[in-house]
Amino acid sequence: MRAWADVLQSLGARTLGVLRGLGRAAFFTAELLAAVPASLRRFGLVVRQVHAVGNLSLVIILASGTAVGFVLALQMYYALVTYGATESLGLIVNLSLVRELGPVVTALLFAGRAGTSLTAEIGLMKAGEQLAAMEMMAVDPKSRILAPRFLAGIVSMPLLAILFSAVGILGAYVVAVLLIGVDAGNFWSIMQARVDVWRDVGNGIVKSFVFGVICTVVALYQGHETEATPEGVAYATTRTVVISSLGVLAMDFVLTALMFSTP
Amino acid sequence: MSKRNVEIMVGLFVLLGMAGLVFLALKAANLASFGARDGYTVTARFDNIGGLKPRSPVRSAGVTVGRVKTIALDAKTFEGVVTMELDSGVRFPRDSSAKILTAGLLGDQYIGIEPGASEQDLAAGGQIRQTQSAVVLENLIGQLVTGKAAEAADQAGEKK
Repeated sequence: MRAWADVLQSLGARTLGVLRGLGRAAFFTAELLAAVPASLRRFGLVVRQVHAVGNLSLVIILASGTAVGFVLALQMYYALVTYGATESLGLIVNLSLVRELGPVVTALLFAGRAGTSLTAEIGLMKAGEQLAAMEMMAVDPKSRILAPRFLAGIVSMPLLAILFSAVGILGAYVVAVLLIGVDAGNFWSIMQARVDVWRDVGNGIVKSFVFGVICTVVALYQGHETEATPEGVAYATTRTVVISSLGVLAMDFVLTALMFSTP
Repeated sequence: MSKRNVEIMVGLFVLLGMAGLVFLALKAANLASFGARDGYTVTARFDNIGGLKPRSPVRSAGVTVGRVKTIALDAKTFEGVVTMELDSGVRFPRDSSAKILTAGLLGDQYIGIEPGASEQDLAAGGQIRQTQSAVVLENLIGQLVTGKAAEAADQAGEKK
């Protein structure tokens, strides 16, 4: 009887813990959004954060995009050459990059490259009681520290995803047209005939915007809620990557179902 | 890094992103083929439009000369009314005919226009009178099967 009660209690405690976490995250997001207008007045802070979050992620995004374009083109070529449809290679690479891989891989890399640094930075600020000190001085850390980083994240992510897709397509062009010898005219014209700006490119950008919100909010929340110890910051950084990645993948499925379920 | 340098770098980053967007929209998607071109519309009525879609190409001698604009069903005659936009530089004779054709064996469907011999050109908003519907694979197979069956029946009759 006693053992059953223990099991029940731990189940209940765990459920309450999860709900409490969700509630805190929701309140945190609401407060973050409320702090955004105030941070727009100090636009220099946002620009500085775009540099930290966007510019410094550029190298890994461009390198990954090119590599993904290379291998996509190679693999698709081997599959398509069996059916004599190698001209469609550009189309397949373009659609898979613009609709799915661009936004998703960029978001995963962003969580690893920029999300972790945001969490560690905010976490250490909290551990060093800098956030508390700002509150003491009647400076709102949400509008001074968190909101500029949030804005920088949601501005940078779509730009990075666009660049990822663009260099991916150029990478596929290099492999398919310059190395393998697919006809350049067909490569571009079939792509242009079948890729729609609003439906494909536009929805891809909407996706990357949503992923930008997810990754930045998760990173900031984990940093803000971290335990003020070295281990706490380490765990928070790990959780940022895990939660943002899972969130992005789950959200991607929902968005794809909403955007592309009709042919 | 000084504030000015940071801002310059961010400006470059945003500019690069915009350039990527322009590349995706113009070079890798169909924005360039929208609007811009001025043309005139003609209509054609088909018994069956098959897999034709808005924005399917209109070709003459294999050269794309326009695109399908809208497809509607005439509720009185139950024909598919296809409105297409043709390049203004290309004028077809009034007795030209339109067919719905398929690119390759299983490819996309498009409208093929065969020019007629009339002296007068098709006016803007005019209608192509002679049309040939899309070939529906099931009907074709149906004809083949009934044809074979009739043949077999004939042969059976001869044997008796």
